[in-house]
Amino acid sequence: MKALIEFKDVCKYYYMGDTVVKAADGISFQIYKGEFVAIVGQSGSGKSTCMNIIGCLDVPTTGTYLLDGRDVGQMNKNELAEIRNELLGFIFQQYNLLPKLNLVENVEVPLMYAGVPKAERRERALLALDMVGLKEKYKHKPSELSGGQQQRVSIARALAGEPSVILADEPTGALDSRTGREVLAILQELHAAGHTVVLITHDNSIAVQAQRIIRLEDGRVIYDGPSDAPEAVVTPRAAGGIGGVPS
Amino acid sequence: MSILESLELALKNIVSSKTRTLLTMLGIIIGVAAVIVIVGLGNGLEKYVSDSFSDLGTNTLTVTVMSRGSTRTLDVEEMYDIVEENSDYLDLCSPTVTMLGFPKVGSDTLDYTTMQGVSEDYFEIASLTVEKGRGLQYSDMASRSKVCVIGAYIDQAYFGGNAVGQTLRVYGSTFTIVGVLAQQDDELEEGGSDDCLYLPYTTASRISGEVSSYVVTMKDENQLDESVACLESALFQVFADDDYYTVSSMSEMLETMTSMINILVGVLAGIAAISLVVGGIGIMNIMLVSVTERTREIGIRKSLGAKERYIMQQFVIEAACTSALGGIVGILIGRGLSFAASELATRLMGETLTVSPTVAAVALAFGISVGIGILFGYLPAKKAAGLNPIDALHYD
Repeated sequence: MKALIEFKDVCKYYYMGDTVVKAADGISFQIYKGEFVAIVGQSGSGKSTCMNIIGCLDVPTTGTYLLDGRDVGQMNKNELAEIRNELLGFIFQQYNLLPKLNLVENVEVPLMYAGVPKAERRERALLALDMVGLKEKYKHKPSELSGGQQQRVSIARALAGEPSVILADEPTGALDSRTGREVLAILQELHAAGHTVVLITHDNSIAVQAQRIIRLEDGRVIYDGPSDAPEAVVTPRAAGGIGGVPS
Repeated sequence: MSILESLELALKNIVSSKTRTLLTMLGIIIGVAAVIVIVGLGNGLEKYVSDSFSDLGTNTLTVTVMSRGSTRTLDVEEMYDIVEENSDYLDLCSPTVTMLGFPKVGSDTLDYTTMQGVSEDYFEIASLTVEKGRGLQYSDMASRSKVCVIGAYIDQAYFGGNAVGQTLRVYGSTFTIVGVLAQQDDELEEGGSDDCLYLPYTTASRISGEVSSYVVTMKDENQLDESVACLESALFQVFADDDYYTVSSMSEMLETMTSMINILVGVLAGIAAISLVVGGIGIMNIMLVSVTERTREIGIRKSLGAKERYIMQQFVIEAACTSALGGIVGILIGRGLSFAASELATRLMGETLTVSPTVAAVALAFGISVGIGILFGYLPAKKAAGLNPIDALHYD
């Protein structure tokens, strides 16, 4: 089976004056279609860099990233925009809805850039809103909704374009624990329905909701395996602190 | 994403910040309105001038002869001969003697009356009609009669409409009024076209000296250059020097006047156009602020798959829309001001001066305002399109 997302020795370096910051230092993994993967790490571990590269917002300095068999590292800005539109659905921590547009118009944005005709666009957007239970409020502005509802709209927006990968960046970060659980439940439903979901978080309790965990530290993968294994949730630093369990 | 969708988006953005858009448009509004009023004023002025000139007859040439001491002067007979010899081009001729001084009716002095000594053909040349009595005749010239023809103003103001047969005094001599001209202006007033007095040029030259200018009519006003050329060559044969005479035509003067008005209007419109440029810079300014304000929106749109071209298109169209809207408002205000200016001119000057911008000027003003929007929207749009989506997404 061919991997949907394939990282081969991906490195990302930032140059700050004389010092080189290795945000990603030889990361390799594969994610297959239908998986629910959490990429976990403390701040500075390289997970944001990883998320930017997976999301085609950035390209690796060295190494290759194949998305659905296509080499993203060789693409120009326009091709990257096309790939984002076609293959990726983003869910952000801050929802990132456009405040001047109403809900259905917000969900329509990726479809508009995909060139879907107006009538079909509206139909698909309403369908996506229905899936997150907000069809009735389609004429409201984002500011009239609660945080949890806004996040559901952003999930609908991610789904509307029928992407190959749903990429969720700290989707519960701005929510209270109850609405956070609701959002996670939706992600699990999506996984159950066959979607590929990649969740980026710093929070172990969120990460364990996924099927598989990829843990990063200092730009390297330190764990890649099922989320129910005991070592999946143990950070080496914390482990070192307790004194015992080797990574 | 089509242009139409960008347009819709732009209009939505414009409507959502009305005050800001209005202030942004102000420069364009003022510029377009000013250009339209100034061009309209120029058109009105040009029409007014050409109308007044055509009243004087555009088929006439004026010959002025400088005094040259004793030798080589041109007497009236010679001038008549020249006109006759060139009868292919030239038609009528009248010497004109401009007289300074004031005629007197009884004890009243007519301070603003124009006095001229002319021949019997002058009234035909100048398209004047004699309404009462008779015009001047050849016999008046030959006998140097002390007769005169007066304008309708003098007739009404000093003789109660019964001037024919009465007398007035010019330079101490008594002249008999033999005719009254038809009224030319809409209203009779002192110093107007109807406040005039014509006497035989022979009589006039005895009082004021030599005849020094002539009015000559052309057979065909389209043969201006040929007519002027034959007159000049004939005069050159007499004087052997072209410093001693000038031949000028009404249409030439009209042309000079018109081109002067055009230059003036061009300069003024150019100054007004500067405010269009300033308005454009205002738009650029606001669009740049708008790009900064909407950095996050741009990041979101880019992450959802907007290509640089779409972002660019959105901002350029928004700038063009703002500018075009300003152009439309400016055109409306310009039309309103033109109308007001026409009314004002008519009321203040008692003359009809129609301030009317041409359709071409209006279209040009609109085109320029859209063009300025695109031009000055380009830089901010370029900036927006070039933003890095990661930075833009995390911008607060």
